[in-house]
Amino acid sequence: MNWLIGAVLFLILAPIAGGLIAGIDRKITARMQGRVGPPLLQPFYDVGKLFEKERAVVTTAQNFYVLAYLIFIALSGALFFAGGDLLLIVFAFTLAHVFLVLGAYAVHSPYSHIGAERELIQVMAYEPMIILAAVGFYMVSGSFYVTEIAATTVPAILYLPGVFLGFAVILTIKLRKSPFDISTSHHAHQEIVKGITTEFSGSTLAQVEIAHWYENVFLLGFVFLFFAWNPVIGVVAVAITYLAEIFVDNVTARARWQAALKSGWLATLLGIANLAILSYMMLGGA
Amino acid sequence: MQTLLFLIVFPILVACLLLFVKRTTIRYAVVALSALAIGGASIYLLMRYAFEGAVYFAAPSGAIDLAMVAIEMGLALFIIYMGAKFRNYLAILLAVIQAALVVYLEMTFSGSLHAANNLFIDQFSIIMALIIGLIGSLIAVYAVRYMETYHHHHPEVRDRQTFFFFVTFVFLAAMFGLVFSNNLMWLFFFWEITTISSFLLIGYSETEEATKNAFRALVMNLLGGVAFVVAIVLLAATEPTSGGIDLARVLASPDAAVVLIPVVLIGFAGITKAALMPFSSWLLGAMVAPTPVSALLHSSTMVKAGVYILVRFSPVFAGTFAGFSIGLVGGVTFLVASAIAISRSDAKSVLAYSTIANLGLIAACAGVGTYMLVWAAILLIVFHAVAKALLFLGTGVIEQRTGSRNIEDMEGLIVRMPKMAVMMFIGIAGMFLAPFGMLISKWAAIEAFVQVPFGLIFIAILAYGSAVTVFFWAKWMGKLVTVTQNTERVEKGFFEESWAPLYIITGLVIAAVFLFPVISSMLIEPYVLAIYGVTAHLADANVAIMLLMMALLLILPVSFLLFKRTARHLPAYMGGRPATPDLHFAGSLGLTREAQTRNYYLTEYFGEAKLFRPGAAVCIVLILVSWILAGVAL
Repeated sequence: MNWLIGAVLFLILAPIAGGLIAGIDRKITARMQGRVGPPLLQPFYDVGKLFEKERAVVTTAQNFYVLAYLIFIALSGALFFAGGDLLLIVFAFTLAHVFLVLGAYAVHSPYSHIGAERELIQVMAYEPMIILAAVGFYMVSGSFYVTEIAATTVPAILYLPGVFLGFAVILTIKLRKSPFDISTSHHAHQEIVKGITTEFSGSTLAQVEIAHWYENVFLLGFVFLFFAWNPVIGVVAVAITYLAEIFVDNVTARARWQAALKSGWLATLLGIANLAILSYMMLGGA
Repeated sequence: MQTLLFLIVFPILVACLLLFVKRTTIRYAVVALSALAIGGASIYLLMRYAFEGAVYFAAPSGAIDLAMVAIEMGLALFIIYMGAKFRNYLAILLAVIQAALVVYLEMTFSGSLHAANNLFIDQFSIIMALIIGLIGSLIAVYAVRYMETYHHHHPEVRDRQTFFFFVTFVFLAAMFGLVFSNNLMWLFFFWEITTISSFLLIGYSETEEATKNAFRALVMNLLGGVAFVVAIVLLAATEPTSGGIDLARVLASPDAAVVLIPVVLIGFAGITKAALMPFSSWLLGAMVAPTPVSALLHSSTMVKAGVYILVRFSPVFAGTFAGFSIGLVGGVTFLVASAIAISRSDAKSVLAYSTIANLGLIAACAGVGTYMLVWAAILLIVFHAVAKALLFLGTGVIEQRTGSRNIEDMEGLIVRMPKMAVMMFIGIAGMFLAPFGMLISKWAAIEAFVQVPFGLIFIAILAYGSAVTVFFWAKWMGKLVTVTQNTERVEKGFFEESWAPLYIITGLVIAAVFLFPVISSMLIEPYVLAIYGVTAHLADANVAIMLLMMALLLILPVSFLLFKRTARHLPAYMGGRPATPDLHFAGSLGLTREAQTRNYYLTEYFGEAKLFRPGAAVCIVLILVSWILAGVAL
């Protein structure tokens, strides 16, 4: 029954944790920029307000795709915290993003169209690295199941430093942080209107935001797996990784999509090199 | 055995009958009834033999063998005639070499050209028979109305429909023969029939381009055919140890080194037929044919014969460097073809590159050939056949209705042809999204490659390849679902009957997900178990999750009801200018301008001109390496 508890806890707590993380993120970002920053709970106020906005759509179909996006993001996160198969989780995750992209296509708007194309380029940039990270965990723990990866007593990070660095690069893409926030950004100063979410408003936009919270918690859980052999170090490492992402976000400007794609794919090469050395060592050891 | 013979002979009889049917309505009736009979027979085959493992049948030979050789000679003469007529001397040369080799074979090794059993059936053959019998005959049904409309749209093309349907049914018969043959001479005979059939179908419109592409297909496949005969000669020459022309004996041969060279040659024939790089150009050229031909070639026949033979021989490839090298040919093809698909805007071209890519993936699995990979390869064959048939037939309908098969012109299809758009959507989802079939197979392939020495290279290929795949399918899907305003519906007017095959195949794409555990446990797992002694299967929990996801996807559209409530409809944001919902905005000087959206094709990075040559070069090297490695192993 542990798996069920994990899934349910994720579904209930992840939006809260995700919102808090977003609040902390905004606070730290503000401090880095020499501002005071909004209250910690500001993200919740924002989303709450979105739900009270007037319903306005370009086409009703957009609501359907965004809802499907939210549901499948939540589902893949729930599968992760239920200890499921990492590859299946990655694929469910991709499915979710395809729905978001389709929502942006459905509205037939120039700005969200560009956002959708750029989101797809992002998917193309990060997907190889995520698959590779899953394979890396398999090589260390002998299983694709999150339960067993998390239970392993081997410090995965020592075997997978290259994979971790590669994953950190694509984490920047996934968290929608500079320099790779090419499809939509949290920062007003580097936005072509609002990218993929241009035509989403009110409760639909709120759903996108909640899905993003779910997603962030899931991704941080993924980072945790690298350090799962020691939970204390794990939590600290996750916090440091996230702080590093905020720092990178604030010291870089948005890159071109070519740079995002190349970075994602080069990061994957780093991961492959890591795994190649690892499998060579395992062959030699056996 | 009667069912087997029925499936081979009956389509030929129908083919001959169709030569004399001139009226579309009667032809429709004949084709539909035969499709029913063929489909029914293949399902009967499933029920009769699914639980029996491999069953062998002696089947009469002697006279049939002679007849086959006679027909092969006749076909060689036909190729020489066509080659002379269209001045394609390479085709003549290859046909002559092939015929000479067959004669040499018959003269020199007549003593060892006997198989104990000429026909057989096992679970893998049943799966292939179902694909041919269900998908293939549905395509034939669809083709009747399609061809009528085709000639309506193309008055310049000579109406040779009777001939068209004759060849189509012969093609189906040959495919059945191919997957039922235990005698490699028979297998080769049917192999050659499929080559000739596709040559005739590709060249159907008799334009210069069609003829040129038909000959390209012919030459490449004849090249594979030559390799096939050489392989049979080698097998016949080493009959005592290799098992000669008896497929079952060859597969069970204790002398793996002797068998490896002929099998690698047969694998080469498979590579040509499956249109892997560098031979992919014939399948791309085949796009000039009417759409049902493409659907046939890509989903249930022809290329599937190529991967069938590769998967059939994969126990021999397993664990050899030669096999690994062939697997790499497939892997490189998968990666390069997927990448090129990004840069294509012609729907049929995207479909063709995706077929080539997926055949590459199947070949990669077959070449490396561990038990899990064979399991994954067969799954890929099944799911690809269903989804790809739907996509081609759908593209055909769209092209006939809207006059274009460019993906950019499919913008707003959900408004213009909602039924068709939903079916295309399902077909595309079937190609790359969880929880649909192709994705299950890719997933299985990743899990399998992890356990293979040096499998990491395939993992890397799969990781990049599937990311690229997401890009080109998703942007096509996006075009389909774009809700354009003020466009009219154009769905009506297409002949009513043609929808039936589309509905059925759409149903099959979805059913395949739900039936996948059954297909796997009833057919694929016993087959793998019989060969390798172990079998692979997906964990029950994961199957349950996939089914849950599928159910969720089917339920989600209900949420549309939720959104019916009043929401204010606004035009899309157009930089703050006054705009109308159909993307017109107030430009400067009081002019109204229209904005348009176009997809990214990233030609600079993924263009055919940039990627094809390097990919083909690598594959040529790998093919040569596979021959050398097979030689070294001896």
